[in-house]
Amino acid sequence: MILICLIAVLLAGGVLAAISARWNAAMARWIALASTVIDFALVLFIWINHAGQIALLNSTAWLEQVNWTWIPQLGIHFHLAIDGLSLLLLALTFFVGAFSILVSWTEITESIGFFHLNVLWILAGIAGVFLAVDLFLFYFAWELMLVPMYFLIALWGRERRARAAVKFFLFTQAGGLLMLVAILALYFFHYRSTGVFTFEYVDLLNTPLTASTALWIMLGFFAAFAVKLPLFPFHTWLPDACSEASTPVCVILASLLAKTAAYGMIRFLIPLFPNAAREFAPVAMALGVVGILYGAVLAFGQTDLKRLVAYTSISHLGFIVLAVFSWNELALQGAVMTMICHGLSVGALFILIGALDARIHTRDLDRMGGLWSTAPRLSGAALFFALASMGLPGLGDFVGEFLILLGTYRDHPVFAIVAAIGVLASTFYALRLIQRAFQGPNVHRVAMPDLVYREGFVITLMAGALLWLGLNPQPVLRTFSPALHALETTVQIHRQ
Amino acid sequence: MLQLLWLIPAIPFLGALILALVGRAFSRRMVAVVGVGSVAIAAGISLAIVPAALALQAPYTQVLWTWMNVAGFRPEIALYLDPMSFLMILVVTFVGFLIHLYSAESMEQDEGYSRFFAYMNLFVGSMLVLVLADNLLLLYLGWEGVGLCSYLLIGFWYKDSANGLAARKAFIVTRVGDTAMLIGLFLLFHNLGTLQIQDLMHRASVQWPAGSPYAIAAAALLLGGAVGKSAQLPLQTWLPDAMAGPTPTSALIHAATMVTAGVYLIARTHVLYSLAPQVQFAVAVVGAATLLLAGFSALTQPDIKRVLAYSTISQIGYMFLALGVGAWAAALLHFMVHAFFKALLFLAAGIVIDALHDEHNIFRMGGLRKELPIAFWTFLIGGCSLAGLPLVTAGFFSKDLILWNAWASPHGGLGLWVVGIAGVLLTALYTFRVIFVVFFGTRNTPVTHRPRYRVIVPVAVLAALSLVGGLVKAPLLAFLNSALPALVEVRAGFLTELLSAIVSGLAFATGLGSAYLFFIRKRQYADALAASSAGRRLHAFWLADWAFDWFYDRAFVRPVVWMAAINRRDAIDSVFNAIAWLNRSAHFTLSRSQTGSLRWYAAVIGAGAVIFAGVILLA
Repeated sequence: MILICLIAVLLAGGVLAAISARWNAAMARWIALASTVIDFALVLFIWINHAGQIALLNSTAWLEQVNWTWIPQLGIHFHLAIDGLSLLLLALTFFVGAFSILVSWTEITESIGFFHLNVLWILAGIAGVFLAVDLFLFYFAWELMLVPMYFLIALWGRERRARAAVKFFLFTQAGGLLMLVAILALYFFHYRSTGVFTFEYVDLLNTPLTASTALWIMLGFFAAFAVKLPLFPFHTWLPDACSEASTPVCVILASLLAKTAAYGMIRFLIPLFPNAAREFAPVAMALGVVGILYGAVLAFGQTDLKRLVAYTSISHLGFIVLAVFSWNELALQGAVMTMICHGLSVGALFILIGALDARIHTRDLDRMGGLWSTAPRLSGAALFFALASMGLPGLGDFVGEFLILLGTYRDHPVFAIVAAIGVLASTFYALRLIQRAFQGPNVHRVAMPDLVYREGFVITLMAGALLWLGLNPQPVLRTFSPALHALETTVQIHRQ
Repeated sequence: MLQLLWLIPAIPFLGALILALVGRAFSRRMVAVVGVGSVAIAAGISLAIVPAALALQAPYTQVLWTWMNVAGFRPEIALYLDPMSFLMILVVTFVGFLIHLYSAESMEQDEGYSRFFAYMNLFVGSMLVLVLADNLLLLYLGWEGVGLCSYLLIGFWYKDSANGLAARKAFIVTRVGDTAMLIGLFLLFHNLGTLQIQDLMHRASVQWPAGSPYAIAAAALLLGGAVGKSAQLPLQTWLPDAMAGPTPTSALIHAATMVTAGVYLIARTHVLYSLAPQVQFAVAVVGAATLLLAGFSALTQPDIKRVLAYSTISQIGYMFLALGVGAWAAALLHFMVHAFFKALLFLAAGIVIDALHDEHNIFRMGGLRKELPIAFWTFLIGGCSLAGLPLVTAGFFSKDLILWNAWASPHGGLGLWVVGIAGVLLTALYTFRVIFVVFFGTRNTPVTHRPRYRVIVPVAVLAALSLVGGLVKAPLLAFLNSALPALVEVRAGFLTELLSAIVSGLAFATGLGSAYLFFIRKRQYADALAASSAGRRLHAFWLADWAFDWFYDRAFVRPVVWMAAINRRDAIDSVFNAIAWLNRSAHFTLSRSQTGSLRWYAAVIGAGAVIFAGVILLA
């Protein structure tokens, strides 16, 4: 029941915010913030409530679930379920979601009600993706993320926002449709071999498929996930979308939407098609590694800060693909860790860039320099998250990437070594960013106020979380490891 | 007492945290109290555990918490105290404290006073984690942490872009080595199943035969990290530029402690190197080559700090030479002594630089012997110890031991010994070049600032240590050899320990004499030599560090920058833009056919019918 609440609070909060904004704009903001905070509290409640069950390693049962029949004739269920993996990703969603509402506090001044409706409905879609274990429902949630995001880019962005919004829509929709075809194909193949119509994840896991059929169906899923992540070479919508969209939207795009794709790979793609995925792994891993290096080099060349961070994001997400397709415990745990930490570090970077943009009305590195002397707190914070992004030990991103590389090395040493060079490449762009924006002479004589308390609060919490994840990741690792273990066991059985 | 061990790194970290969060609101006095006080407490605790550490029968491990526990990979946040790490923490905290005290005065006028101490405290904490780490992952955390602080402090005066460039260069070049080291960690964990150093060494010696390819690869990859951090060939290029940072930083990070981390890493993992004799030999060769190359470069530098930087590279070359011949304890002895005299030299040079209004060029100094007696005497003592003035300086004893071992060790030989002796001559020559040019001759720049007690006390203490530090040689070696295998001397031949020492003394005297000849008696000889065509070319070549920068710039920096610049707009996007363009063109083409003219439609229908009929008939 609590799972229904998670989604209902967001959907209702969105409608409520939209209505209340007619009278009072501040009200809409507070309602939106309250909805995300309530959801975060609910997730924490589930976490604490099931701490005992989580501590039992090898417990494969769901922590909570709801299963309602939706359209029985077609075997469609409204089936939500949560395990340690979904739990932590939901926690990330609401943590970052609340912050994206907080940073929009002064940036968004038009159609405030509709803005918050869209933000909360996207968060609902994301939560649905992390919770759905019925493939029809999963697809429904997947598409639920799409429309509000289109509006968010198209209505609150910069000059070329319409083009960016259409680009985003076409890319993700193309991927999404291929996934729909794949889901339906799987559904019918399952019916043909068992005589049962079902979209139920657990049932579909056992669908017998010939190798080539499995490969084709898997590619349908892969298309949707690769575009959404985004994986090289399907990444070009992200820099455009990020450079046109407003700050909270960038945060959601890079921190959260990307994670739904990574989650989809871990939860659905590999377990549903273990053997096809194994055959396809070299291709996917090669794309991941190329993406790591390509994103890093592109980031090094950018002068627009949001594009720069978008490319770093592409680089980091390559690590996740590498990990998912190498599919061993070390790499997978690293992948989930990277999903969480990347969500925090890239989100914080976008927030800081938004703060900078709001003050000096530019994101162009060529028009910055020497900002440290005028805004030391903002600059110091940017340095902190740039260091996190370049994988400095002691911060969370390092734990994730180290585990990924350690795990990948086991079966694919060459990929791991090339990806390690990607870690080195992250030094180039991170240091360049810091140097060009905050150090050197302040040639443009920029003077600006430092972070205000609201921004400082958000940034401090995110920095604290990264430090905690970097130095004591064990509680988090322990929470999602039973879920990953269960998935691995499933795959293990099917691969034999 | 040993339970306090965790406080030694924790207190400097706490100091850094306080200064970073609220340091801006503090008065300068308060900043100094927190910044210097935290390291003083760490040094105090290190001293307090001396009796307990000396009485230790077996190494002491303090487990703080489990860092992560994933699929059998279980690194802990744990500290490991044995003679080697104990020596390191003593030197780091004690020299660190003296340098912090010195900075409290020398940096007092700087606007970034609290930022400076925050970075310095963070450095001390990270360095202590590095040396105390019980597993390679925690060591790597400290390793990257000190690299970060080095970057932050080289670029401390960030308003000058040149400093930022030097800082980035340092970070990136060392991270090239770190990447090799990281891959080394993957290899070690994959093959041996742990990163806990003692287990690792034990398993390596059990599972891998001598000369095993795994051992060779692992040792070589760790060596990559070590040459980066310790500025050895071929990654030495960052250290001279790192002198852009404040002088206390150069003393602490780029002379006494961080740059010797590579030496510590190799000594810590010496079992791997014993299993990979080829790599161990490579360590000796790297050390020997570096000590010569850097010695020649030091001869030509006009910037006093760059001379000292090359001298650091060269002296670490001696330590690598010692490691390469298996004289582990000798390398660590030289590390300790070097920390004393090189920190002293930097701090004394700092007095001169501050006194002359930030003048770095030795040829604009001159005649300062009377004006700055403290700087003169302490620099002289440090210089004598560096060059190895026989019998009275600590540097002589530690270097002499390395030279003798370079010959006597089973891995040594005449070639390594000769290079070492040549290095002694070079060292004396470039050291006394600086001393004669800076402190003798005519005065070129007026003295505007004189040191007070917070600067004088640290240099005095370090000067004393640079002289008497050699007295602890025998007990220290015995102490270290309880953790490290002692060197077995196999070679005697015509060379005895005494003869080696005499030759090294003669080399010192020759260097000193030549410096006297060229820079005091017959300055015109030096000028004529430098002005000759061959001399000019050689001078320029050595001044530019044997053209390493020139080569790296063309081989690595420019291609990467070029690649990023040329593809700024992302070539992949043009593929998708092409698809969009194709659709739009198709749309325009087809919509243009919709003219509304009935005759045109009729003609097209007719033509189409004919073509279809033709196709059907012919097919």
